[in-house]
Amino acid sequence: MTALARQAGQSALETTVLVVPGMHCAGCMAKVERGLGGVSGVASARVNLTARQVRVEHDPAVAMPVLIDALSAAGFASQPRGQELTPPSSAAKPLLAPLAVAGFACMNVMLLSVSIWSGADGSTRDLFHWLSAGIGVPAIIYAGMPFFRSAWGAVKRGSTNMDVPISIGVILATGLSLYETVRGAPEAWFDGTLMLLLFLLAGRALDAAMRDRARAGVDALLRQAAPGAMVVTRGELSWLAAPDLLAGMIMRVAAGERLAADGEVISGASWFDQSLLTGESAPVRAATGDRVLAGTLNLENPVDVRVEAAGQGTTLAEIARLMDASGQTRSAYVRIADRASRLYAPAVHSLAALTFIGWMLAGAGFYQALVHAIAVLIITCPCALGLAVPVAQVVACGALMKRGIMVKDGSALERIATVDRALLDKTGTLTMGSPLPDPAVLEALPADAAAVAVGLASHSRHPLSRALVEALAARGVRPADLADVSEEAGQGLRALWQGRVVALRRPEAASGIAAVLEIAGQPTWLIPFADRLRPATGAALAGLRALGVEPSILSGDNAAAVAEVAQATGLTGQSAALPQDKQAEIVRLQAAGHKVLMVGDGLNDGPALAAANASIAPGTASDVGRQAADLVFLGDSLDAIPCAIRAARRTMRVVRENFVLAIGYNVLAVPLAMAGYVTPLVAAIAMSTSSLIVIGNSLRLAGAAR
Amino acid sequence: MNGLAMLIPVALGLGCLGLAAFFWALKGDQFEDLDGAAARILIDDENDGPA
Repeated sequence: MTALARQAGQSALETTVLVVPGMHCAGCMAKVERGLGGVSGVASARVNLTARQVRVEHDPAVAMPVLIDALSAAGFASQPRGQELTPPSSAAKPLLAPLAVAGFACMNVMLLSVSIWSGADGSTRDLFHWLSAGIGVPAIIYAGMPFFRSAWGAVKRGSTNMDVPISIGVILATGLSLYETVRGAPEAWFDGTLMLLLFLLAGRALDAAMRDRARAGVDALLRQAAPGAMVVTRGELSWLAAPDLLAGMIMRVAAGERLAADGEVISGASWFDQSLLTGESAPVRAATGDRVLAGTLNLENPVDVRVEAAGQGTTLAEIARLMDASGQTRSAYVRIADRASRLYAPAVHSLAALTFIGWMLAGAGFYQALVHAIAVLIITCPCALGLAVPVAQVVACGALMKRGIMVKDGSALERIATVDRALLDKTGTLTMGSPLPDPAVLEALPADAAAVAVGLASHSRHPLSRALVEALAARGVRPADLADVSEEAGQGLRALWQGRVVALRRPEAASGIAAVLEIAGQPTWLIPFADRLRPATGAALAGLRALGVEPSILSGDNAAAVAEVAQATGLTGQSAALPQDKQAEIVRLQAAGHKVLMVGDGLNDGPALAAANASIAPGTASDVGRQAADLVFLGDSLDAIPCAIRAARRTMRVVRENFVLAIGYNVLAVPLAMAGYVTPLVAAIAMSTSSLIVIGNSLRLAGAAR
Repeated sequence: MNGLAMLIPVALGLGCLGLAAFFWALKGDQFEDLDGAAARILIDDENDGPA
């Protein structure tokens, strides 16, 4: 290995970053790093578990497919990281350095302040004040930068946010303290100012870290789908990514692959699953001359397709444009912290102005009036208020993430707490979204027939075979020993078992999806496949109703299929809805005063997911669905939906309590400050107590997702 | 009082040392992959792994 590394080091090394969504523990890391390290020409491989990526340094001679093969030999699917999918830079990292500086300065200044409070005076006090200024002023300038920048941005736009009162308070308090230090006065406020910055930065950093973590999870899912196609050019096959496909090219689409572009079938015939695009659950047959759409799944035979529209011209891109146009509800939403600060900032500033005018009228000098006004600004600096929302949301999101629900940003929790109507897509949302073998037939299969079925199916990558292997393996069936296994594309699998011919093939009469299991000398078995409801759907829907959220079905599938699910779940439903119909239905409900939650997975749900007040997608959803949704849940059960709403409502309750606590503290402290009784000691105690109370109250949400 | 003249610089110096160490770690990408760093300790035979 070292020899290889040295050898590779002589030529310039190339760095490749691969996305490996399947890694989640130390064992996976070791397997991935060792699997890649064993490839000749690879100098080093280093996993980043947070981003689910591995950075490989290798000889330029080692091609990408070699690395991907090495990873799949180690048991991990991987994709090269696309340029446009480079993860957004972390939001928490730029806050770490200011946080550390504020922490360092706050501790040291507080130490000096404690001696002043305990009675140091004369030249000792002056020395300590000067030391505090020496540490505090640069630290305040550096650590306050995130706030100053954001406040300046808001002021320039003519609006205001939480950072405006913070910045004004911090700058005035620092200026006053400097002045007092120069004058040799008994009080300076460096400690309080730094503590304020420390608490606020801690809140921000927590909020950002939570968002980074959730985004990393979602990004890993998003990067999984790298569409592209095998293109046939003069008899040779080569892989092209979807954006590089041009009209007129010929794609060879294997069974189990998704089409990367719209086109016309020029040879072969197969069944296509269009559920992602239209919601229609029954597969559609397409033969030579028929049109097929990007995003549909080829179920049966390899076919050649002449590309007619790629990239921006596809039906897929059409849906994406529709989505862009429908995110207005979302962007019009104002976060609760900003709503609070819109009321808070003017109130604080007018109180400070009132104090100044009041003391001037009372005959105190200009200087004294200014000191009291600044004391009001410092004491009302929204320290606890700044923590009220992020800490509660961080704790709640952490609890939800443990339960497999990823919240993409904090405002999603605020929006989902208010919903009173839920619209659920059928295929892939209420149901599993892929054909599963009939459990009754599997139950009836004799043990040896089941073993033969697993043995045969495990040799194929056909979606039905894989579903069959999964279902039977879950029942504890071990594959039988087979000899001479052969797969004939589009027909099925054939093998020898204990000298007898066995086969797993498509039925002659194609009514719905099914597979036939044949064992020479035994009766043949017909295994029907159908899409099934997710587990615990009934309980989840009852949970929604108990929360006052009325669910109904909004599906693109045909009326008969929707009626069947509607009957099984007891919901009312709308069928054959096009993407624009779904969006229109949501707009109609919103106009009627409802707050709508959309639950969907498909491309066809994208515009509806973007238009709804809040949206949830299962982890199995299309990448468009996952991107458009606010929350993504892993696992099969729909329980996640009522659970998320419950947790969001509890979070909002705690946030409101936090506001009451933070404002309650101001109601007590502001009159003291206006009357001129607040000293730096009082400010420090009041500030830290109120912050700790708010944090403590938020921690009650740790069990919110239970 | 004379003690202060020594203790304060010492206290500040130590604090600065800690701050400098943190910045060094931040610059050295030590905070790039917190989950990975937590899990890496559990890989028991790293000697066999890639260098």
